[in-house]
Amino acid sequence: MLLIACPWCGERDETEFHYGGQAHVAHPADPHALTDAEWGAYLFVRDNPKGEFAERWVHSAGCRRWFNVVRHTVTHDISAVYPAGQPRPNEQGEGTA
Amino acid sequence: MTVDGFALAHLRRSPLGHLADRFAASSVPGPGGVRLRELPFLTQLNLRLDPTGPAAARAAEALGAPLPTGACQAAGTGALRVLRLGPDEWLVVGPDGAAPTLGDTLRQALGEEPGSVVDVSANRTTLELAGPSARPVLEQGCSLDLHPRAFGPGRCAQTTVAKVQVVLDQLDDEPCYRLLVRDSFAQYLADWLLDAAGESQAPLLASQSAGQSGGNAMKR
Repeated sequence: MLLIACPWCGERDETEFHYGGQAHVAHPADPHALTDAEWGAYLFVRDNPKGEFAERWVHSAGCRRWFNVVRHTVTHDISAVYPAGQPRPNEQGEGTA
Repeated sequence: MTVDGFALAHLRRSPLGHLADRFAASSVPGPGGVRLRELPFLTQLNLRLDPTGPAAARAAEALGAPLPTGACQAAGTGALRVLRLGPDEWLVVGPDGAAPTLGDTLRQALGEEPGSVVDVSANRTTLELAGPSARPVLEQGCSLDLHPRAFGPGRCAQTTVAKVQVVLDQLDDEPCYRLLVRDSFAQYLADWLLDAAGESQAPLLASQSAGQSGGNAMKR
């Protein structure tokens, strides 16, 4: 079980949270200008890194707030927790806002 | 409570009203004891506003208690309790029947500021778990650190107890906890708490019945 530090409530069990997929997937500025392939890529194609991954979580059994977590997909180490809407903390220069 | 002039209060049924006898039977007085009861029909108002805006100060003044400023903090007395649920969200818990007046007061305090005051009294019922053994009973199903070094009076939390979502509020050092639970989960949580209390109280009850008093043995 992961121990996730909700930015509001503090450290809680993983069972209090729900997963929200990859973070920082921006909605296209003009969806009508996209081809079907580009729209499909926006909807369905996500990164699948072996390593650190910025993802969204919601504290559904607690404060019900969404926030972002940087989690290592192999070790489950959580290296950063930050509020939704903020850019990913850029530690090794590999992060993208 | 009236609708078109008809009094409805006598028609109300609290989710755990039928368990009052079992709550009473499971309560163990004295050191190491634990008491469980339902506080039905408490007024609950969900208050959302900008904590830094002018409405926050007006709301605090209207309530006669400061809005808790820190995360997961609670303020006020047992009669009127203000729990901070989120960065811009509070739960005001008051006595039965206070919803209309309290709601109007808060709406006036909110004024034209962005925010909301919603009566959610029917959303949850309240279980009160108190007594020197209340913490060990609760700890059987709650993963939060409830030790006084981490949790105490003036603290509240939204978490799970026995996998059920609750708003947990500690009122005093005895300790006395309030568990605000959805009506539809209340029966399950009450059964679970009765069972957990029975488990932790069993040695105490055995010594009581083996010894002299044996007055308030649990009938389970």
